[in-house]
Amino acid sequence: MSTSSIVATVLKWTPFILQGFLLNVVISVIAISVGTLLGTFLGFGQVAHGSVSRLSARAVTQVFRNAPWLVLLFYCIFLIPYSIRVLGTTIILPSWLRATVGFTIPVAANFSEIVRGAIGSVPSGQWEAAEALGYARGATLFRIILPQCYSRMLPPWMNLYALLITATPLASIVGVEEVLSRTQAALQSETQPDLLMPMYGALLLLFFLYAYPISRVSKIFERRFNRA
Amino acid sequence: MGEAVRTFFLELKLKFGINLTIFYDGFDSERFVTGIVTTVELVALCVFFSVIVGGIGAVILRLSRGPLAAAVQGYVALVRNTPLLIQMYFFYFGVSPVLPAGHSAIGLPVPLVGNFAWAVVSLSLYAGAFNIESFRAGLGAVNRSYEEAALALGYTRIQALRYVLAPLGLRFSFASLANNLVDLTKSTTVAYAIGVSELLYVSNQIWSDSLNTFEMMNVILIVYLILTGLVVWAISALQRALHVPGFGAN
Repeated sequence: MSTSSIVATVLKWTPFILQGFLLNVVISVIAISVGTLLGTFLGFGQVAHGSVSRLSARAVTQVFRNAPWLVLLFYCIFLIPYSIRVLGTTIILPSWLRATVGFTIPVAANFSEIVRGAIGSVPSGQWEAAEALGYARGATLFRIILPQCYSRMLPPWMNLYALLITATPLASIVGVEEVLSRTQAALQSETQPDLLMPMYGALLLLFFLYAYPISRVSKIFERRFNRA
Repeated sequence: MGEAVRTFFLELKLKFGINLTIFYDGFDSERFVTGIVTTVELVALCVFFSVIVGGIGAVILRLSRGPLAAAVQGYVALVRNTPLLIQMYFFYFGVSPVLPAGHSAIGLPVPLVGNFAWAVVSLSLYAGAFNIESFRAGLGAVNRSYEEAALALGYTRIQALRYVLAPLGLRFSFASLANNLVDLTKSTTVAYAIGVSELLYVSNQIWSDSLNTFEMMNVILIVYLILTGLVVWAISALQRALHVPGFGAN
């Protein structure tokens, strides 16, 4: 194949492949939103005074942080039922949604560590000072400690999102029709070995263009907050 | 496998429906062991090569400001911001067919580099990019006065790096290195996608044959927790063995 026809073929498939990428973005946005919410509670659990909630939150965090993403993905794809009945109506759970659950779990565990680290990095004197001023523990956490944590949590949270978007193609292994599945479908219909490298190369570039700016901005924030 | 173990797990299946074939079925346990061995081999080889890649990259970034350093920075940025799975496909489906092929005994073309080797290459390059960052940060954490003192004593820049900065910088890098190597251990599962018969791949075969998906999933999860735990333990043992007061975490 000539270079010009390779370029033409890649361009021909671009809309089809970009639509697939939209699903990756949707999966990642849902997973980061729900994962952040769950991870926040897990993180609070890790710094709780009650030993039961602290130990269980810590165990859940450690297990899901050290499990491979792909294993958790298989878990959710195979073990979440295909459809659930709620109040007499059947809700179909498509594979992309089950995969999203599979991504949400490690995101929550990672964010839980970020929350724990951020809360732990606030000098303990502040807790004591708040207690001396008569603040309850919850009020201390929400009004004094957390406001100081947001800026510290932002860069690692952005890095976590970059990690998540680059993990989404794993869903193609369990049959979700996202960007990588579509690329493979395009390659199969073309049956041109010359196309393999350019197509996968273009796909790498697509992810790079999406994830690299996020990493850059995260680095800039990190420097700025470290100076402050 | 001991007869008592086999009996116990057969009982477990009959009484509670927990079907752990890997503990009573010779064929399945053999497959499972093969998977674990492959995964451990992958981890060991990739740890070795990725640390070398990390060391070389960090040294280049430290010593040069030219196009070579720019190339290293570009490589790190590219690898860290693109999916490992697609990197693996790029090598295995894109690069591999372009390379000259060997021939098997019956004359069929056989790629010179098999899927296991490509998995090692792509995982080592992937983890290597993260290690470059760790080592670079570790070198950066060593106070400038050490380098100045070494230069004043007549060391060349390379000697100062080799005998003073690198040994001290390494001690600052352990925490994030441990993190990278745990990630690497987890990432070896991605080799499943190019047909490397690692732990996840053989487990998939086992649950397809024995219909015990749920049990096998939990077994895999536990095995990976043990593996990552071993990696963390190994790094912290190394850290303790090399501990110098005042350098890196205690």
